[in-house]
Amino acid sequence: MAPASRPRRAPGGLAPDQRAELLLGALVCGVLLLVLALVVFVFREAWPSFARNGLRWFGPGGNPDQQIEAIFTSSDLLRKPVYTFHAWPIVWGTLLCTVGAVCLSFVAALFVAVFVVEFAPEWIRRVLEPVVRLLASVPSVIFGLLGVLVLVPFVGRHVITNDARRSVAYVVSLSGYSLLAGVVILSLMISPLMIAVFSDGLRAVPRGWLEGSLGLGINRWRTFWKIGVRTARPALVAGTVLATARALGETVMLAMVTGGVSFAPNPADGLIFFVEPTRPLAATILQTAEELTSSPMRHTIFAMAAVLLFSAALLSLAGWAAKQPMRKYGARP
Amino acid sequence: MSAVAPPAARRVRESSASWRWSDRLGLAFAWALGLLFLAVTAAIVIYMLVQGIRYVRPELFVTHPAAGVSERASGGFLDPLLGTVIVAVMAMAIAFPLGLGIGVWLSEYGSPSWLARLTESTIEMLAGSPSIVFALFGTLIFEQGALAFLSRTNDGVVYGRSFFAAAAMLSLIALPLIVANVREGLQAIPGHVREASYAVGKTRIATTRRVLLPAARPSVVTGAMLGVGRIIGDTAIIVVLLGATLRFNGASSVPLLGTLRGTGSTLTTFVYENAPTGEIDQPEKAFAAGFVLLLMVLALNVAVDVAARRGRRWR
Repeated sequence: MAPASRPRRAPGGLAPDQRAELLLGALVCGVLLLVLALVVFVFREAWPSFARNGLRWFGPGGNPDQQIEAIFTSSDLLRKPVYTFHAWPIVWGTLLCTVGAVCLSFVAALFVAVFVVEFAPEWIRRVLEPVVRLLASVPSVIFGLLGVLVLVPFVGRHVITNDARRSVAYVVSLSGYSLLAGVVILSLMISPLMIAVFSDGLRAVPRGWLEGSLGLGINRWRTFWKIGVRTARPALVAGTVLATARALGETVMLAMVTGGVSFAPNPADGLIFFVEPTRPLAATILQTAEELTSSPMRHTIFAMAAVLLFSAALLSLAGWAAKQPMRKYGARP
Repeated sequence: MSAVAPPAARRVRESSASWRWSDRLGLAFAWALGLLFLAVTAAIVIYMLVQGIRYVRPELFVTHPAAGVSERASGGFLDPLLGTVIVAVMAMAIAFPLGLGIGVWLSEYGSPSWLARLTESTIEMLAGSPSIVFALFGTLIFEQGALAFLSRTNDGVVYGRSFFAAAAMLSLIALPLIVANVREGLQAIPGHVREASYAVGKTRIATTRRVLLPAARPSVVTGAMLGVGRIIGDTAIIVVLLGATLRFNGASSVPLLGTLRGTGSTLTTFVYENAPTGEIDQPEKAFAAGFVLLLMVLALNVAVDVAARRGRRWR
């Protein structure tokens, strides 16, 4: 790939080409250092909170909202800083929102992707593809606004019965701001991402494999389901990982529609479980970000951010692992 | 990938009447979900457009927002609109050269290979990280004394929230998109184009600048547009790092620099604060601002489509 003739020397003794390579390399190293600094700084700020709570940080016990209040006020008046924080309701809310939305949108996105790639008539395909891209780029605050003004009142009025409201009134008030609203809108937000990745994967399935099956007299649905979808498995994993990362980091929409109280929805409540409010990690950070001025609170907030960052890193590792078999077949994800 | 395979010849439609019921159910399910997806998107867009047209008034664009208790008293969204533009321009001014450089390095140089692999996975991790984490990181950096000139200071305490801080962190969320698109565009150019350029004695950097980048321009433009879309759609970073004050709240009386060192808001935070869960709670204003934001995103989408169509000749 090297150019045939050495170009004229620049005054500095380096050829312009070498200089450009060094410059770009320095740029890359700079960004890498910045990201390294990000990780180090966040974990360093987070450490006191983890150190004082140990693994119980993730455990249940007490109400995180009250704990946050206590941590925040403890920095005033030179009192002893309080660090007690048991984030289980928040972590549980994050898990519920993420897993719920990912499961829901996985099924939907898989069928829609199969439909787009194989079964949709030409005109629907031509409409659906830009629509998917559009939906993927709608800002989350607009989803949040629609959730707050349309879905939440609907849930509050028509899904939650008065009996249900009364039955849990002594624990939590049901108003429509709920896990259900969060999961539904979140899955609407992440499914375009999944559809895009899934349909790229499905399109890359060699035509001959499908035609071989069709030639044996297997019908089109079965052929595509058994051969197309199975061949595209790495793409399915990659898309799911990407969407999970997005769901995990979704902040504003969830802060708006899930209710803003750190309550752990209890599956034992039956169907009411779905309409109970909660608040995931990212939304908690957003709503407590004004309290960064208090130093124990700051460590607690950074601890939540560190958990998010760690999960994101794990997910991108999983995505990388899922892509390896794809590389083997020469397909670019 | 998709463009390589020629569109399959018009298949004769096979009737599904003879299929097993489970297969027919699956097909019906796929149709239903596909149409449902279309319907939901159409409903969202049409609802936003209708609400937007109902509540958008021309004077909203030229009046400053105010903290009023009624729709009439709370003013327009001039400042948030300008804030969105300022933030987008500033963040792209950082992210675009950076992303272009990294994309070019990854595609054209990429040695040593361990560094290239490390960069790739780091950029991927950046793409997957929640923006709220960047926002918190931003508060850490910009509260350092050395960066005091970028935000307001009060008795030696650096406030750390300003347009500079927000733009710097927003550029991090646009970066992965730009890098990925630049790289993809460069890699889609056939190798013989490079070889032809080397054969006439051009260096690698000259080839990149004069031959490859112009050819990859559609991808570069696509990446930039997607980056802008991500930047103007972000809320978390703005809330934490721009202070989300309704009006521009300059740090000093120097005309431009004072504003940029001060706090402000963008359309996204305007919507966030005006939603029933926010502090101002004027849903009509929220709808109007959301409508404008959605129009901006729609325009960007169309621009991406146009850019992509132009880029097709290389495939």
